[in-house]
Amino acid sequence: MNATSVDEEFNPSVHVYEPHKVGLPALRPYFTALWQRREFAAEMSRTNIRAANTNTFFGQVWLVLNPLLLALVYYLLTDIIAGGGAKVGAAERFAHMCAGLFAFYYFSGAMTAGAASVVGGGKLLMNQSFPRMLLPLSAVRTAFFRFLPTLVVYLGIHLLMRQKLHWQMLLAPAFLIMLTFFAAGMGMIFAALQVYFRDTTSFLPYFVRIWLYMSPVLWFAEQAPPKFKGFIQYNPLYPLLGGWADLLVKGAIPKWQLWAGGGFWAILAFVVGSLFFMSREREFVVRL
Amino acid sequence: MSVSETEKKPMQKTTSNVPAVKVQDVSITYRTTFERVPTFKSALVRFGRGERAVREVKAVQNVSFDVNHGTTIGIIGANGAGKSTLMRAVAGILPPTSGRIEVHGRVSTLLSLGVGFNAALSGKENVILGGLAAGLSRKVIEERYEEISEFAELGDFMEMPMRTYSSGMFSRLAFSVAVHMDPDILLIDEALSAGDASFKSKAAAKMSELVTNSRTMFLVSHAMSSVREMCNDCIWLHKGKLMMRGEPDEVIQAYTKFLQVGEAESVSLEDL
Repeated sequence: MNATSVDEEFNPSVHVYEPHKVGLPALRPYFTALWQRREFAAEMSRTNIRAANTNTFFGQVWLVLNPLLLALVYYLLTDIIAGGGAKVGAAERFAHMCAGLFAFYYFSGAMTAGAASVVGGGKLLMNQSFPRMLLPLSAVRTAFFRFLPTLVVYLGIHLLMRQKLHWQMLLAPAFLIMLTFFAAGMGMIFAALQVYFRDTTSFLPYFVRIWLYMSPVLWFAEQAPPKFKGFIQYNPLYPLLGGWADLLVKGAIPKWQLWAGGGFWAILAFVVGSLFFMSREREFVVRL
Repeated sequence: MSVSETEKKPMQKTTSNVPAVKVQDVSITYRTTFERVPTFKSALVRFGRGERAVREVKAVQNVSFDVNHGTTIGIIGANGAGKSTLMRAVAGILPPTSGRIEVHGRVSTLLSLGVGFNAALSGKENVILGGLAAGLSRKVIEERYEEISEFAELGDFMEMPMRTYSSGMFSRLAFSVAVHMDPDILLIDEALSAGDASFKSKAAAKMSELVTNSRTMFLVSHAMSSVREMCNDCIWLHKGKLMMRGEPDEVIQAYTKFLQVGEAESVSLEDL
């Protein structure tokens, strides 16, 4: 029995290593190996979730505490400082804001963790040879499972704000899946960029923050500020978060443009991200 | 993966005279950003000129050699000679900048201490994670886990986070993982330096057992005595260049002479 007999395709008993600069690896063996090692990505993500917060007093309670504090901060920001408390539909606005914020923080967390996974995985990269795409994908998996308790928190807020329950809410995960693919694609793009241009780490938080304000999170998609109206539909998060909030908060089926737009951006980001990542990943070790 | 596969053949381990590892005119260059004093001013000046502070480090230059199956080859050389880089290239982790490496057989690596291990996780979790990354199935890993933990003799420490380990414990675990991966070609990079005397002799016995089963082994070491004892072939690298290849005794003699350190003195140094 040999060490790597399960992935003969990717790891044949005869290897030839030759120089190369760019270009895609052979896709079939690559994806076969990726699939065979999915257990590795899952295990890494599971152990990371277990290891996170073990040193803190609240431990895994932070998974619920984080979204609650986040909702509080933005409640203070939008309702008290901006003086919007007296407006009609304040409860709906708050529920909408929470739904948007939680989804946005899920997206940005998955993207940022995916981006950091390659540069942060230094030692593993230097000493093991495996399809590198497992690293950002594992980070996205971690973000997804850390997001699940947030959904329960949202449900609590939804009921507390006396919003009705609709059957359409059950369709909201469709947008969540699209958002996940979009986040994975963006994460892979930034992960590869970060190897060449380390300053990305410092730019990314500002980029994320600006993106938050440009997306229909703190305001309803229909009430977009006039300044943004012209180009808002080009923001990938506009259909993704817009459709999510429509289903989850209002129980309204989103227009077909939102479905199509969300699917388009999710597939585009994932395909472009994975191709870009794969074409670069063999160079990562030389530059770490 | 740093593999560009141009040919695939069924494995022919013992029947042919194909060498286990064939290194042909390989050079490896690292690109790294480097500045002696990284100041804001120099960064601005650099930015203004449109330059980037990239240094090229030529870690391995035009190295060629063949290694036959069943050989234990020692690789010696001063710090920064490119030994570890060469090992990474043979393992397929680093792509060569030029040249060609052919490897016949499956490779298991044991590259410098505590590698690939996440200190926040327990020894057991690290073993499972490392095995999964190497492409083993969970079932196989669980079977081998018993052997691994028995060989490492870490007892209850297997369930504790690895940040609580001493460096000797790290090297015990790393070594037992590498040898239990059942490799055709084993790469060992200074992994034994932190182990104690009893573990070193146990490890040496395990290694000679692997070699008698016609496994090939690369041993990177600064301990000349272990190279002399275990290896039947030797390579001396200096600043990325192949200086000498031959019988361990001759190569070690030439190397120690080159370092201008007497034979006796270098032996006493490694025992510190």
